[in-house]
Amino acid sequence: MTTPAAGWLTGSLARAHPLTASARSITFTVPGWPGNDAGQHVDVRLTSSDGYQAVRSYSIASAGPGGEIELGIDRLPDGEVSPFLVDDLALGDTVELRGPLGGWFVWRPEQTQPVQLIAGGSGVVPFIAMTRTHASVCSSAPMQLLYSLRTPNDAFFRDELSQPSATARTTWHYTRTVPPGWSRSAGRLTAEDLKSKTLPPEQAPLTYVCGPTGFVETVSRALTSLGHAPDTIRTERFGGT
Amino acid sequence: MDHLDGNVLAGPTADLFLFEPTTTQGQCQSCADIAMLGQAMVYGQPMGFVARCRNCDNVLIVIIERAGQKSLSMRGLRWLRVADRAMNDRI
Ligand SMILES: Cc1cc2nc3c(=O)[nH]c(=O)nc-3n(C[C@H](O)[C@H](O)[C@H](O)COP(=O)(O)OP(=O)(O)OC[C@H]3O[C@@H](n4cnc5c(N)ncnc54)[C@H](O)[C@@H]3O)c2cc1C
Ligand SMILES: [Zn+2]
Repeated sequence: MTTPAAGWLTGSLARAHPLTASARSITFTVPGWPGNDAGQHVDVRLTSSDGYQAVRSYSIASAGPGGEIELGIDRLPDGEVSPFLVDDLALGDTVELRGPLGGWFVWRPEQTQPVQLIAGGSGVVPFIAMTRTHASVCSSAPMQLLYSLRTPNDAFFRDELSQPSATARTTWHYTRTVPPGWSRSAGRLTAEDLKSKTLPPEQAPLTYVCGPTGFVETVSRALTSLGHAPDTIRTERFGGT
Repeated sequence: MDHLDGNVLAGPTADLFLFEPTTTQGQCQSCADIAMLGQAMVYGQPMGFVARCRNCDNVLIVIIERAGQKSLSMRGLRWLRVADRAMNDRI
């Protein structure tokens, strides 16, 4: 397992591109980064000129060895840190990074049981690392993703997830606006949706759920009601409601 | 109030523990539930981090990070079972 480098490392913004109207992919070059497992996160620390510091956690979209990490940040309009990372951080600018962090919400190539990933909004980020790893190691473990979004325009990494070469199938779900001709009307994920769109308890899957706290709460409760044992559900709450 | 998962403790404890906390098992003093710390409910900033039992809400761990100093209280845990490094790698 990949354990954190000591102390804070310096990341310099190497590449960036918009993911949606409110989100951006940012890739840092991080000297001393030991590589990371799929699903791990990093703490980002910003220091203002008067010495005030803010720390936030972000999942890592990239995985494996190497001195670069990719993050996917959604802008919360009133947020302290996310608007800066989405709108203001310029190529060559630096931030402090602590990580890679966490060993529980990770997927490792040697895992063989079926995997169900369930994402709400920006909660897809750690799953991008998992699907990339799944493809790159030619894993034979079944893996699929259920991705819940407000509208079709809110998808992070849609092209990558929809590629014919993707080894994990993505099922899309919309809570506010659906694409033309979509069979299900817009609405929150229900236990019924989870029953028809995710791996059932009989297949003994490991189910990972990630997104805003309210989303994770609702989904993990529904999964338990469908008969999944609590210890087979791993959660990553991003905060908020 | 909204909470996070025990996973988020990995950063603030990185320089406190030699082991990976999120895959370390502990027992709640109050209800005897045994879980990985990654499964605890964590209430985050601004007061620091308070980890509560997923089963009974008992406060397991409190970490306050302030001005170059960290305070750690593990008052709600009966024990922690720390795997040897090599074992931890395999969880
Ligand atoms: C382990 C972990 C991994 C994370 N990974 C990602 C990631 O990959 N991409 C990403 O965009 N974010 C991620 N987050 C969320 C991130 O850490 C910040 O909480 C988020 O960017 C908001 O920070 P801020 O400073 O902009 O807002 P703040 O100034 O902290 O908060 C502004 C307001 O928004 C509310 N709020 C805080 N967080 C959220 C949220 N997630 N959703 C809705 N409302 C919220 C607050 O209650 C507050 O009212 C992750 C969180 C955790 C714990
Ligand atoms: Zn308890």
